[in-house]
Amino acid sequence: MVAAPERPLLQVNNIEVVYNGVVLVLRGVSLQVPQGGIVALLGANGAGKSTTLKAISGLLRPERGEVTKGSIEFMGERIDEKDAADIVRLGIVQVMEGRRVFEHLTTEENLIAGAHIRRDGQIRRDLEMVYHYFPQLKARRNVKAGYLSGGEQQMLAIGRALMSRPKLMLLDEPSLGLAPQLVAEIFDIVVRLNQEEKVTMLLVEQNAMMALQIAGYGYVMEDGRIVLDGDPEKLLNNEDIKEFYLGLSAVGQRKSYREVKHYKRRKRWLS
Amino acid sequence: MDFFLSLLVKGLTLGCIYALVALGFVLIYKATSVINFAVGEMMMLAGFLITAFVGLYGLPLAAAIGLSLLLMVLFGFVLERGVLRPMIGRPVIGMIMATLGLGIFLRGFAPVMWGVDKKNLDLMLPAQPLRLESIVVPPVDLAGVGITLFLLACFAYFFQRTRSGIAVRAVADDQQAAMAMGIRVSTVFALSWALAGITAVAGGVVWGNKIGVDQYLSLLGLRVFPVVILGGLDSIAGTIIGGLVVGASENIFGGYFDKYVGGGLKDFVPYVLMLLVLMVRPYGLFGREVIERV
Ligand SMILES: Nc1ncnc2c1ncn2[C@@H]1O[C@H](COP(=O)(O)OP(=O)(O)O)[C@@H](O)[C@H]1O
Ligand SMILES: [Mg+2]
Repeated sequence: MVAAPERPLLQVNNIEVVYNGVVLVLRGVSLQVPQGGIVALLGANGAGKSTTLKAISGLLRPERGEVTKGSIEFMGERIDEKDAADIVRLGIVQVMEGRRVFEHLTTEENLIAGAHIRRDGQIRRDLEMVYHYFPQLKARRNVKAGYLSGGEQQMLAIGRALMSRPKLMLLDEPSLGLAPQLVAEIFDIVVRLNQEEKVTMLLVEQNAMMALQIAGYGYVMEDGRIVLDGDPEKLLNNEDIKEFYLGLSAVGQRKSYREVKHYKRRKRWLS
Repeated sequence: MDFFLSLLVKGLTLGCIYALVALGFVLIYKATSVINFAVGEMMMLAGFLITAFVGLYGLPLAAAIGLSLLLMVLFGFVLERGVLRPMIGRPVIGMIMATLGLGIFLRGFAPVMWGVDKKNLDLMLPAQPLRLESIVVPPVDLAGVGITLFLLACFAYFFQRTRSGIAVRAVADDQQAAMAMGIRVSTVFALSWALAGITAVAGGVVWGNKIGVDQYLSLLGLRVFPVVILGGLDSIAGTIIGGLVVGASENIFGGYFDKYVGGGLKDFVPYVLMLLVLMVRPYGLFGREVIERV
């Protein structure tokens, strides 16, 4: 069977990112996200995953970061020069690492802020849609977001992003700091949003096992580069992945990873 | 008792129109974390504009006020775009210094433009004060209270109930997260300065009518600073509470004790109050608390 050559929804072509005009953090990253898919972007702490997402969503600028090489295309249009505000309007929304809810706004006000770009009259209906996926949030709708639990805040961060009615959601470590059961719940909802609301997902995770269970394709980053990519089966069966990501607890991951890393293994990844 | 009551009422009405000035600080601080040291000068500018339109160009008062509103909103936008936006992302102190500089500039510019003499801003209110037993409230103060409460209600509605208002508060909470929601931070800043322009006109009308328009009108900015600190730099409700507390206490202390110390308590009491409150509540009475979850 020959698949029709279909343009991916998002295409990142060999980008470099520099912070403060001097610190080169991404050294040629390329990846693709197909329409309707869930793609996982994995890697240890400091690999450049968040930077990659911010390059896509235009959120580098307030951190004095800049895409200095390469291009980013969304639905065939170049977006690497655009403002975050315009990129959200095109249909890309980022759920930032660490949840970043508006602490002094209530749950519902957070959701309304998420709908900022909307000019249709459907915001009420979409509030109910978010409450349908996250019933806890409805019970807490008038509570200041700063007082929600970590899990509720993560749900709110995702729900808030959903309120912009995105085509592509960039999720940055939604499992960070959450109990395993909550992580499973959140991943469940990510899959449902993908299937039922047709939101394409680019999922950044250190929790490789969880991410590869729901993703259709995965990339592994190290030191600002993609060092490995493939189907989840391929990645799950890769020896290095097994050793570095799956067999280790989340805590101390980076340390153990560094310890076992050596030149030969790197070479194998790069080949 | 009558003496006390009349001091209290007078103090409370004064406090209300202090709050009107204080709003100029809060609107800007809320969204941008900048302390706008040009609050008094913006109010003075508005007062000068109104008196100039009436006195020099013979416009009816209502038209003069309307035109000034328009110009001050514009002033807010231009200021944000021309002076302050280039400083986004730099340390906030730069913007604070810029507002200080703006204040000094306006204080020099306005008298050169329109003369140093004190001008009357006549609202053509009835001269007859409102009397209730021994309590006397001049119409101008009553109008000031009305205008303040009206503006406060408008802003409260704006920030709590409208999507733009919620966006402003979102920016105040977390700029980058707000950007991630498609909120344009610079637009929110410009909007805040425009709102500050509107309050400057309201303040200019009320205070200009009360004490006349000249460069000394700008001193009210410093004068209400304790009100803002007391109420909390980012709390709209705080401005009114802070205003009432300061207005009432300075008037009462002044009324009873000025004769023993040779006057001046009015200027002194608010600052003592401010320091006392800061010792207990560093964010002011109603300032935004730092949320720490357990
Ligand atoms: N705002 C910034 N300024 C300078 N360096 C940064 C900034 N943000 C991240 N970095 C650096 O870029 C590298 C990648 O960071 P990041 O993208 O956050 O990695 P990850 O999300 O994979 O943990 C790290 O070395 C980090 O120190
Ligand atoms: Mg990260």
